[in-house]
Amino acid sequence: MTTANPSIDQANTLPLKEKLAKTTAIQRRRAFLLTLPLVLFLLISFVFPIGQMLFNSIHNNKVSAVVPDFATAIQAWDGQGLPSEATFEIFVKDLAKAKKVREVGRTVGNMATRINYEMPGSRSLFTKSARKVGKIKQGPYKEALIKIDKKWANPQVWLTLQRASHDISPAFYVAAMDLKYNETGEIVEADELYQIYLNNFVKTLWLAALITFICVLLAYPVAYLLSVLPLRQSNLLMIMVLLPFWTSLLVRTTAWIAILQTEGVINDLLVYFGVIGDDGRIQMIYNQTGTIIAMVHILLPFMILPLYSVMKTIQPTYMRAALSMGSKPFYAYRRVYLPQTIPGLAAGTLLVFILAIGYYITPALVGGQDGLLISNLIAYHIQKSLNWSLGAALGTMLLVVVLLLYWVYNKLIGIDKLKFG
Amino acid sequence: MINFLQNSINNKRRAYFFLALATVLVVLLTGTIKAAIGFLFIFGIPLYFMEKMNDYATTGERFTRYMFLVISASVLIFLIAPVLIIMPLSFNAEPYFTFTDGMLSFDSEAYSSRWYLDILHNGMKAPEAIEGWWSDMWNNAQWIRAARNSFFIATVSAIIATTLGTLAALGLSRPEMPQRALITSLLISPMIVPLVITATGMFFFYSSIGIAKTYTGVILAHVTLGVPFVIITVTATLSGFDMSLVRASQNMGANGWTTFRRIIMPLILPGMISGALFAFITSLDEVVAVLFIADVEQRTIPRQMFSGIREQISPTILAVASILVVMSVCLLTVLELLRRRSEKLRGMSPG
Repeated sequence: MTTANPSIDQANTLPLKEKLAKTTAIQRRRAFLLTLPLVLFLLISFVFPIGQMLFNSIHNNKVSAVVPDFATAIQAWDGQGLPSEATFEIFVKDLAKAKKVREVGRTVGNMATRINYEMPGSRSLFTKSARKVGKIKQGPYKEALIKIDKKWANPQVWLTLQRASHDISPAFYVAAMDLKYNETGEIVEADELYQIYLNNFVKTLWLAALITFICVLLAYPVAYLLSVLPLRQSNLLMIMVLLPFWTSLLVRTTAWIAILQTEGVINDLLVYFGVIGDDGRIQMIYNQTGTIIAMVHILLPFMILPLYSVMKTIQPTYMRAALSMGSKPFYAYRRVYLPQTIPGLAAGTLLVFILAIGYYITPALVGGQDGLLISNLIAYHIQKSLNWSLGAALGTMLLVVVLLLYWVYNKLIGIDKLKFG
Repeated sequence: MINFLQNSINNKRRAYFFLALATVLVVLLTGTIKAAIGFLFIFGIPLYFMEKMNDYATTGERFTRYMFLVISASVLIFLIAPVLIIMPLSFNAEPYFTFTDGMLSFDSEAYSSRWYLDILHNGMKAPEAIEGWWSDMWNNAQWIRAARNSFFIATVSAIIATTLGTLAALGLSRPEMPQRALITSLLISPMIVPLVITATGMFFFYSSIGIAKTYTGVILAHVTLGVPFVIITVTATLSGFDMSLVRASQNMGANGWTTFRRIIMPLILPGMISGALFAFITSLDEVVAVLFIADVEQRTIPRQMFSGIREQISPTILAVASILVVMSVCLLTVLELLRRRSEKLRGMSPG
């Protein structure tokens, strides 16, 4: 009996297993196919563009596109003294050719701007030389070029050119981290006056932390009140949380301008109540204070809602039990109530912090000078200064921080737990 | 003795006594009556609303509870006041952003609807003309054009986002979905990634394929930003979904489409509609992507407000803002009704 018919067993089990495997595979494929259109859509409209931007932060071909032959030739130079006469000849000829190009992104001006990022003040050297380089008909090219401008005898120009000839380079991360290349090509700290990015990064993180902290302080009592009130009343009060949540961001920012400006409602009230004199009106907007107040207002619902949904599930009997067993109220709160709200606290804190460090609109409108965040610097480089690679490098650094926090959020709370209202 | 005192005096009356004492103190300290009025206002209202506490509550507990109410009320006022305060301000007869003396004394002269008219007139060629007034406004008034753009872009993006999002949510909610966590985090990420980064990436890529500064580009961007909201709401609706209904329907010979149309769709419809509304309002409120991708041709209401705040700040913006607030009130009402209906459908609450 023990050896009874393995072949029949096999005939029964194997196909069943296979069948099961097949059906599961079909079901898995079906489920995946349902998500596929959206996944593809997001890959094209969202992931790929961001990937391309990240690539921009290390890729810049403004030198090799303008003077291609020179970009290859300069690589052979060992960095001692000046490059060889032959390299100079190639450079002069490339520059003369490039002068005629009008295509955006391939002009001498584009290259000059690229070098100017690393050697401030060198822009005119290129544009001026490009105008005059046509006159150089024969060698020695080295002397002729130096005759046009003495700066060509400075090895730093050639070192910078050599570095920038690489299409892929960390130069923009060097700049984004407040560092620079010195005369001999080593990475050193930038001059204090130019150290803006790391400081701004630290300021952004600090402000985001402060805003998150204020949000916790303000949200905790409100969420608690909402969670203990009877449903009818809590629904009514919930409207006071949800209405601002669903009101346009710009509407709320406008409202804060109306309230906080020096001729605004708060200052008028303070003057009316005699707290301050009419000439002592407080500047509360177009600075850091304005940014903090407006952002706390905008992000507060993101803290209240997760806290509320956690607090609603906490049984009031636990606290009563602790109190009836003789605990002091604060001790009972600290040991019984607070630990149970930690999931909500973590969710709210992470969400608010993540949203705060990437904020752009509110600081741009009410931040003035000292209320600007890293997002505003990125936008400045993309839209105004047009140093796209530096903007992309700053963006990448911000993105890394955000994705890291997103990953933590996913691990701790799970993004599918997110809910609105 | 202390117990006797505590019980003999009504809780509230004693609290009012302390409040009066504190107010007098404020008057003495600041030297003005006005400050005391403010003080009374802030601390008196929560006291009025505070319910009677149990007799065994200690003074400390009462005080804690009272302070808790004061703080909560202040935070709620902080949340709602800015949204409400712009409405009376938008009826200001003067071009100021604050209450004039006339407004405070309810002088009807100090109020006017001129800024609402300005929404219609701003940019019109001949606001006074009677002939062709309507088409002039429809085609030339800046805010009207912005509103048309906004509603067109928001409607189209909401429809696309809801279609794609619902499909994906259906897939994600199936138990056999492979790599669920990874794909969910990908689909939600447009909400998490800072808008400036998203907009910058889109600006470069859309420029390179020639759809920057077109409606297509703006709509693509807004679909991307609206998708997470659809996923979240529809997945939440599906989480309470009874899968045996689907099996029952298939048992009775319905094919996939019929099952979806007759069984799944009616049950998740409230979730789908709220998802669509979320996507709609996200697009209606979005300004960063518009700033980067859109041209003058695609100017939306938020974009118009953005430049209004930056360049020529006038109460017209407050008037527009008030209209938007009224709109969010309507949307919120619809969302709440949908939520109740959805809970009823799923038998979660008698609501």
